[in-house]
Amino acid sequence: MRYILRRFGFYVLAAWVALTMNFFLPRLMPGDPATALFARFKGRLSPEAMQGLREAFGFTHEPLLKQYITYLGHVLKGDLGISVAYFPSPVMKVIGTGFVWTLFLAGSAVVLSFAIGTLLGVAAAWWRRGWVDTWLPSALVFVGAFPYFWLAMVALYVFGFTLGWFPLGHAYSDDITPSWSFGFAIDVLRHAVLPVGTVILVTLGGWLLSMRNSMIAVLGSDYVNLARAKGLPPARVALRYAARNALLPSVTGFGMALGFVLGGSLLTEIVFSYPGQGYLLVQAVRNQDYALMQGIFLVITLAVLGANLCVDIFYLWLDPRTRESRS
Amino acid sequence: MCIDYITDRGPVRAIDHVSLDLERGEFLGVAGESGSGKSTLAQGIMRILPPPAVITGGEAIFEGRDILTLDEEELRKLRWSRMSMVFQSAMDALNPVITIGEQITDTMHAHGDMSARAARDRAAELLEMVGIPGDRLDAYAHQLSGGMRQRVGIAIALALEPTLLILDEPTTALDVIVEREILEEIRGLQRKLGFAVIFITHDLARMLQFSDRVAVFYAGRMAEIGPAEELRTSPRHPYTQGLLRAFPSVHGSTVEMFSIPGTPPSLRNPPAGCRFHPRCPVAVELCSKVSPELKQIGPGHSAACHLAK
Amino acid sequence: MSDSNVASGITAWVDAIRRDRKASIGAVLLALFVIVGVFGPLFAGDPQALVGIPLQPPSAAHWLGTNGQGQDVLAQLVVGTRVSLAIGFGVGIMVVLIGALVGVMAGYFGGRVDGLLSVLFNVFLVLPGLPLAIVIAAYLPSGPLTLALVLVVTGWAWNARVLRAQTLALRQRDFVAAAIVSGESKRRILVSEILPNMMSLLVAQVIGSTVYAIGAQVGLEFLGLGDVSAVTWGTNLYWAQNDSAILTGAWWTFAPTGLCVALVGFGLTMLNSGFDEITNPRLQLERAWRAHLGAAGQKAGRSTPVVVDRG
Repeated sequence: MRYILRRFGFYVLAAWVALTMNFFLPRLMPGDPATALFARFKGRLSPEAMQGLREAFGFTHEPLLKQYITYLGHVLKGDLGISVAYFPSPVMKVIGTGFVWTLFLAGSAVVLSFAIGTLLGVAAAWWRRGWVDTWLPSALVFVGAFPYFWLAMVALYVFGFTLGWFPLGHAYSDDITPSWSFGFAIDVLRHAVLPVGTVILVTLGGWLLSMRNSMIAVLGSDYVNLARAKGLPPARVALRYAARNALLPSVTGFGMALGFVLGGSLLTEIVFSYPGQGYLLVQAVRNQDYALMQGIFLVITLAVLGANLCVDIFYLWLDPRTRESRS
Repeated sequence: MCIDYITDRGPVRAIDHVSLDLERGEFLGVAGESGSGKSTLAQGIMRILPPPAVITGGEAIFEGRDILTLDEEELRKLRWSRMSMVFQSAMDALNPVITIGEQITDTMHAHGDMSARAARDRAAELLEMVGIPGDRLDAYAHQLSGGMRQRVGIAIALALEPTLLILDEPTTALDVIVEREILEEIRGLQRKLGFAVIFITHDLARMLQFSDRVAVFYAGRMAEIGPAEELRTSPRHPYTQGLLRAFPSVHGSTVEMFSIPGTPPSLRNPPAGCRFHPRCPVAVELCSKVSPELKQIGPGHSAACHLAK
Repeated sequence: MSDSNVASGITAWVDAIRRDRKASIGAVLLALFVIVGVFGPLFAGDPQALVGIPLQPPSAAHWLGTNGQGQDVLAQLVVGTRVSLAIGFGVGIMVVLIGALVGVMAGYFGGRVDGLLSVLFNVFLVLPGLPLAIVIAAYLPSGPLTLALVLVVTGWAWNARVLRAQTLALRQRDFVAAAIVSGESKRRILVSEILPNMMSLLVAQVIGSTVYAIGAQVGLEFLGLGDVSAVTWGTNLYWAQNDSAILTGAWWTFAPTGLCVALVGFGLTMLNSGFDEITNPRLQLERAWRAHLGAAGQKAGRSTPVVVDRG
């Protein structure tokens, strides 16, 4: 339990760092971003409303510390300000509309990719110099070298535009209303195949190599040699003894790579006009909607931290040594 | 038997024409400095030497069958049910994420039908036998002390009542008292269960106390083999003599303290003739030219030395 | 180290690269792009010039067709190579330098310094890089310097983590422990004992970080965070997406650029894994072992193989 508490403490710290960066970045940058920020509202709002908005964003003439505290208070209440691009919707509401889609797209892609890549890594290490080991890593490293979004463009061009096998974008067809029905689920899956598939394809090589390498190291260990010497069936040696242990470093790496993969998934969303955070991020960049950008950064950070906590809990289950309450 | 390690500059012979016979129920000691090839031999017999090792010749007859000609499945069946092994480092040999109970019972399941209940009971029994409370079945390796882990290693090795137990320096990581306890326990179990033991160590003095017969290895070759009692009182090979002098006869520390001048030769470029001659106090000219054959000098006692009679 | 030593060291490396298939592929690919990046712009002509009708497919006049503005795609690709590679390598080196500074300090001094620095890079490691980069870049004037800055800020932590671990491992080694005991100054130990033994890891990290930097840079520019009026690989893709290249079927406006990004990344990765094979003694031994078995007409199995010596 101490292990989880310590990890949790670390994530709270990381979240605080993210919050604080969010607060200080606009204030540290050259010029007066606050003014630039509100220039866009000029003419659309009365001076009183402008002042109210400034206060809502925390850009007042109060001392910095007081501003900081006001800002933290707002964030804790779930108030991330007003979106410029989607004026006058609050940022929280704008983010809320696309959050599920990002979670769905990135979540399923990451989990599937990790599972498949890890299995392939086990196979490559177990059948050393077999065909999986000889061709797949190089081929997947090559595919993995492509930018996520570029591969998405090619996939969209080939399978969507030219062949017409899959829809050209969005999360579901315009003529279907979202509901908990089989037809809608199929439609969503059809729309998800290309974006999820490209993210899987790009990230597969990384998981494969990391599992393969840690599995090769474990295969050279004494306990695997003992398992062999015990005359255990090969499948048991490979899975229960070697792969089970090789998974540990791979899972640690998984947690650390989450943020990175999520970034790629956001770019993929853009290509497919998928209505998630990536799409919102582009809108925010184009409209210089700082509040929305920062809000997305914050929400995605929290999601990554939460996912990492889940990974930690999984690790706890995986490795009995972390269950000891040693400091 | 010969075993090579393949390197990028050609093969290196780690075990050079070594032949060992073992009686049923016998306790054979194998001694030598580190790098003399004794651990290589142990893992070679079970054919679990990892790359880049290759067995390059000879035969290993075990219960009438040559282990070197068996295929994977035959080897798998033979391993553990007939011959088993205790590894040098118990810390590394136990799987850190599986309970010790499972590591004992899975061997039983792999070599025969046994209900989970019966296997568990038997595993608890085995733990008790090596002096660990049976309720520690669900413990993990990191929860046990070094001595306990080595005892678990022995329990695993005895799970299927093999006819041959190979102990590869099982006590190097332990302190003297625990070492003694464990050795006595093995000896006792051996008398009770009647399996044969190959006991590998660099501690010749200790081995002479426990073994029936002792083989001394030097640089991948056998220097001398004979009954423990005879080797202690009248060693014939100058290397054995040197080893015995190097150790205080009162079983002292486990630290290697050789008073034999010089270092073991590189196996990549072994000296011509007798491999020991550069360090040998009594070497004559012949020793640097002709490699001595192992010759019999007494009942069950052989030495590879031109001067031995 | 004398000049002749350096020279022979380089010759040895070139030889080793030539012997390893992966490393050779990587080195050739990389050399190709570096040559294009350095000399290409001299021959490519003005990439901004409007040379023809927009969105023309590849032809003899324009080998890779024209983009949505009627500019030559090939010229843009060649000119973009220089900027993209320069930022990539620049960021790759910076990121490793910062990572080395933080990681080695944390690993070497230990204690409170280590605790503080470790928390710092672990936090940066767990913060999602792309959104953070966007938030920072959005407040700065767009351009290559801004890009380089945000890539460094979001990319150094991984190197720090790896180099800290490596420093800890090196500290345990006999020769460093001996130097510590003999009372050599900390700076001397760092400079003359620890850093030289990290060289191959540092080179590997620069290569890996460059792959990261090129990819992330292209991604940020694709989002419109670069200087969209400049010619780089990323902005090429940005315009292709903006001009609805896919829906107009103009594959030539985005396909070549992505291919180049991938080829550079692949080349660098191959070079890295080739280096690993060259310098990793275990892999070398295993290769010799397999070759030996192959020569004896045997395949590697799970049990120790038996090859009867007929010599």
